[in-house]
Amino acid sequence: MERLRSIIRPVASVPLARHLVVALVAFVVAMAVIGSSSQYLQTRYAEMAYFAIAAGGLTLLTGLSGQLSLGHGALMAVGAYAATLVLERTGGETLADVFVALLVAIAVCAVVGVVVGVPAARLHGPYIAGATLTLAVAVPRLANQWEVFGGEQGLQVSVPRATDLPAWIQDLVWFFTAVEIDQYSFLAYLGWLLLAITFVALANLSRSRVGRRWRAVRDDDVSAELAGIHLGRARVVAFTVSAMAAGLAGGLMAMNVRLTAPGAFTITLSLTLLAAVVLGGLGSLTGALIGAGVLAFLPKFATDLGESVGLSATQAAEVTPVVYGLVLMLVILLAPAGIVGSLRTFLARSPLGSTKEKTT
Amino acid sequence: MQQFLDTTLGGLVLGAVYAAFALALCLIWRSTRIVNFAQAAMAMVTTYIALSLINADVPYWVAFMAAIAAGFGLGAVIERVIIRPVEGKAELNAVILTLGLFMVLHGLTAITFGVQHRGFPAPVGTSAISVGDTSIGITPFGILTIVVVALVMAGLVVLFRFTDLGLRMRAAAFNGEVSRLLGVRVGRMLTLGWALAAAVGAVAGMLIAGGDLVNPAFMDPFVIYGFIAAVLGGLDSPLGSVIGGLILGLSLSYVTGYVGEHLAPLVALGILMVVLLVRPSGLFAAAAARRV
Amino acid sequence: MFAVEDLSAAYGPVKALNGVTFTAARGQVTAVLGANGAGKTTLLRTVSGLVRSTKGSVKLNDKDITRTATEKLTSYGLSHVPEGRGVIAELTVTENLRLGGLHRATGSEPMPVERVFELFPRLGERREATAHTLSGGERQMLVIGRALMARPTVLLLDEPSLGLAPRVVAQIFDLLRGLVQTEELTVVLVEQNARSALSIADHGVVLNLGKVVASAPAAELAADEQLRHAYLGF
Ligand SMILES: Nc1ncnc2c1ncn2[C@@H]1O[C@H](COP(=O)(O)OP(=O)(O)O)[C@@H](O)[C@H]1O
Ligand SMILES: [Mg+2]
Repeated sequence: MERLRSIIRPVASVPLARHLVVALVAFVVAMAVIGSSSQYLQTRYAEMAYFAIAAGGLTLLTGLSGQLSLGHGALMAVGAYAATLVLERTGGETLADVFVALLVAIAVCAVVGVVVGVPAARLHGPYIAGATLTLAVAVPRLANQWEVFGGEQGLQVSVPRATDLPAWIQDLVWFFTAVEIDQYSFLAYLGWLLLAITFVALANLSRSRVGRRWRAVRDDDVSAELAGIHLGRARVVAFTVSAMAAGLAGGLMAMNVRLTAPGAFTITLSLTLLAAVVLGGLGSLTGALIGAGVLAFLPKFATDLGESVGLSATQAAEVTPVVYGLVLMLVILLAPAGIVGSLRTFLARSPLGSTKEKTT
Repeated sequence: MQQFLDTTLGGLVLGAVYAAFALALCLIWRSTRIVNFAQAAMAMVTTYIALSLINADVPYWVAFMAAIAAGFGLGAVIERVIIRPVEGKAELNAVILTLGLFMVLHGLTAITFGVQHRGFPAPVGTSAISVGDTSIGITPFGILTIVVVALVMAGLVVLFRFTDLGLRMRAAAFNGEVSRLLGVRVGRMLTLGWALAAAVGAVAGMLIAGGDLVNPAFMDPFVIYGFIAAVLGGLDSPLGSVIGGLILGLSLSYVTGYVGEHLAPLVALGILMVVLLVRPSGLFAAAAARRV
Repeated sequence: MFAVEDLSAAYGPVKALNGVTFTAARGQVTAVLGANGAGKTTLLRTVSGLVRSTKGSVKLNDKDITRTATEKLTSYGLSHVPEGRGVIAELTVTENLRLGGLHRATGSEPMPVERVFELFPRLGERREATAHTLSGGERQMLVIGRALMARPTVLLLDEPSLGLAPRVVAQIFDLLRGLVQTEELTVVLVEQNARSALSIADHGVVLNLGKVVASAPAAELAADEQLRHAYLGF
């Protein structure tokens, strides 16, 4: 026991190492869960993964640098279209195609992130909300303007078949889960792998000097500026990082949905992401993960509930946005710190809790 | 030339509605320093109320008045119950709250009335007026729209400039504490401000819906266009909101007519960013500078 | 008559007002003096209900107005001109004055705006000007005039001399003295500028750390050298 502790302690005290260990454990657990789940659940887990990636980026932006973005749905659209167009060119038959598509999605979103982030860095509160909301409306509409984007019908997305995957992956999955990999579980594994990597990167960033700057900017921009922090630059970096996460999420979403069309990227998507991070607690990656879980699993639950009280299918589908809207309102009115923040305050008051961990 | 004239007239009609909408946002901003992102959804709800009445054979103008009354009540209730707790708190809270309200109103309307498009009647003709052989690009309903918006504005000017109630409302908006010391019931004035704004929004909703199809999303573009028009005018200035609305209406009409309709929101975003970055206090800034 | 008894108030754990008792007689100027941070502003804000009292009572003409809603006080005949003057900068001079008359003391005659312009001719010249264009002295005249529009019996003034040139202060205090006589006003004049305030006051109350440390006729306070040095700074 003592020996175990002596191994754990140095690991636990280095944030990067600790984050890596947590992520690895989480990924292995996720693999086991995904492997033994039904196809329906696998699809939900995959969805949860890309929502969590987008929400993670957004929560970092809003919680740590204090900037609100309602344009993350648009950024996901950019990532989705970028990945889709790459897969269209490359055929999307190999694992390499998938990674190239995702990297391109991230890169394009990084560029868009800088372009949007530079002017956005000078805005606050309702102004940045209005501007990014406009972005959320404007970007998907562009798909109708130019033919390459396939108009309202959108573009089909091709993803490698499970049998086209490298043998070692098929073996590895078989070895771990005792289930053959198929397209659905593949996308879920891929999503959770990238989720783990993204969260390690984001957690580290928030712990690093960059993260401390963001918080300084959020808490008091005047003093931060006096302390020599370049306000605009810190905000632009935060926006860009967050846009890259949204781009990756968008690329994954395209592969999961298998169709990229403007109708998927409504204002509601952006507001839904906002609901996820507000629910979880602004600035908390754990919160973002919880929020993403709600995003992935609530719709079926809410729709079923709607149908069980006698609503038609189209009406029942509207129960979900109502719930998200209520979540936004209730959290702001009753528990502005979100789930994780409120739990933390609760635990901090109880003798069991420790308040050391601030930004996971 | 013909097309230019048509586009301009269309832009003016559109601009008049944006102006009304921006005015509603401006009323709320002045009194509570909140941008009401739920404004469009509130107007959508009142328009649906009017549609139900019209479908139940209530005369158009009675339904129109009912929409205004419903807007007034909705605005008052929302301010009292939902907005009051976040007044004066961190500005992010109000933003998120009104966005949540937007989603709730949207979804509830869809559940109650369905998501399908429905025709909305107009009290006057909705096909272009002809002069001799050539039709010009404005409809009787377009003219009515401009007239109604002008009347609403005139009414607001009279209220705020020439009545005691308007004076109280302005005072409460500018300096709540001093107004209270002078005996003004500030809370009541803020409620009234929201109610009035929602009533103006309800008028805008009726004007947009008239002769067209409505579904729960039909007002969504106004979330952003109303905001942009109001920001163009400086958010604080009612006159600025009106001019901002007209400018935006004309610009978007030209973009739609000559470049491509799907680019309109992007152009609107461009206009918004240029104004925010170059003239942060709006095109018609009053004395006070604005921190964006 | 205006009486405060055992009035206490706190900002969180900070007790800013600790059992303050004094009476302001009708038709007199009562100066409330004390250094910066003594609790003078808190006293007036507590009377007006802008700060919640934790203890004690406020009486206006034998009517208990403790914890009355701020908005109701003008109708009872109490007007409070806050620190920093409180003109509504976006409104015109005339609009500020009209606003002052909208909620006047119950049963009182409305006061024509012109009457204020007679008292302060300078304001009459600038009646259509937006208040943010006024000088400090003009603003002070405006808020006093605006308070008079409500026909108060008791007028609370918080540091009217702040930031004004001595000549302007003298002018405003002279006017105030005149008003007290013609309008039968009871004035509670909060001031750091003790010398000027005592020159027009009938009675003086000295606050320190939220407590009354002296209460005496103005001439007596002005003559007490020790007190002057300790609390009044002249
Ligand atoms: N809003 C406030 N919050 C906390 N403390 C306050 C507040 N206003 C005043 N105080 C404190 O109360 C005390 C009395 O202040 P104040 O009444 O403004 O004094 P004065 O008007 O005599 O200068 C001071 O110590 C001051 O710091
Ligand atoms: Mg003071």
